[in-house]
Amino acid sequence: MNSTKKTTEDFSLEALRSGDRNEFARLVETYSGVIYRLGMRMLDDPQDAEDALQETFIKAYRHLGGFDGRSSLLTWLYRIAANEALMMIRRRKTPAVSIDEPSEDDAELEPPVQIVDWCCLPETEMMSSEARAYMDRAVEQLSPALRAVFLLRDIEGLSTEETGQALNLSEAAVKTRLSRARLRLRELLSGYYGEHMSLQSLTRPEEA
Amino acid sequence: MEHQHCQHLLDSLSDYIDGDLGSALCTEIEQHLQGCENCRIVIDSLRKTVYLYQVTAEPPGVPADVRERLFKRLDLNEFVEKGS
Repeated sequence: MNSTKKTTEDFSLEALRSGDRNEFARLVETYSGVIYRLGMRMLDDPQDAEDALQETFIKAYRHLGGFDGRSSLLTWLYRIAANEALMMIRRRKTPAVSIDEPSEDDAELEPPVQIVDWCCLPETEMMSSEARAYMDRAVEQLSPALRAVFLLRDIEGLSTEETGQALNLSEAAVKTRLSRARLRLRELLSGYYGEHMSLQSLTRPEEA
Repeated sequence: MEHQHCQHLLDSLSDYIDGDLGSALCTEIEQHLQGCENCRIVIDSLRKTVYLYQVTAEPPGVPADVRERLFKRLDLNEFVEKGS
């Protein structure tokens, strides 16, 4: 496992553009970890994530000559990877998968329904393996368009501007989608932890 | 959250927890929070939701077999040994 979060980009664009294999191998080594993680979270399937990873770097190699440097190399790779993942989701034959959030961007946000103060639960319980599995399923329930924004902003740590570059969205659209994604996840997690809290109070009567 | 004011603030909550709001709106939200327990709970749990996802995110990485196939597919066989 390599453990690259966000490294300073110290690649020679000139070498990359001219097809230097050493430099390209270094690029793959540095960024394959984050690109694979994004694919796993977008596609929720190891084989699809591996295919997307390979396609991303094949396309990067082919198109490096045209890389204009307007974004960072990493953002550019995220852009190819996100496109790849969204295309794969489109190709899946599952019925009624809507990639885009068509008019939803303009619609009013759904008001919160779950008003449960679960923040006082111990973190060990919030992060139990069962809770983590639930958190993963909650992300899978987001539409691919919202999921991509949430993953790039909150998991991969891209800025609003970088996320916009990677997904070809305006910064306003990134913010709207991030807000929707977070509020939906909050809703789902509140349902889960709220239930957990009422179970806890049933099984753990107050000490006398 | 049934108040009209709460719905109006809803659009700004995500920016608020990122510290991306102008000071006027921030003050408005903070004043509102003092009198609205529901909004306080929504903001706290929204913040906690994002926090939980961030701290539980797996570190980036590629399993060794996936990495090896990637390098082969890219015709970079001679670099496979260099890494992990």
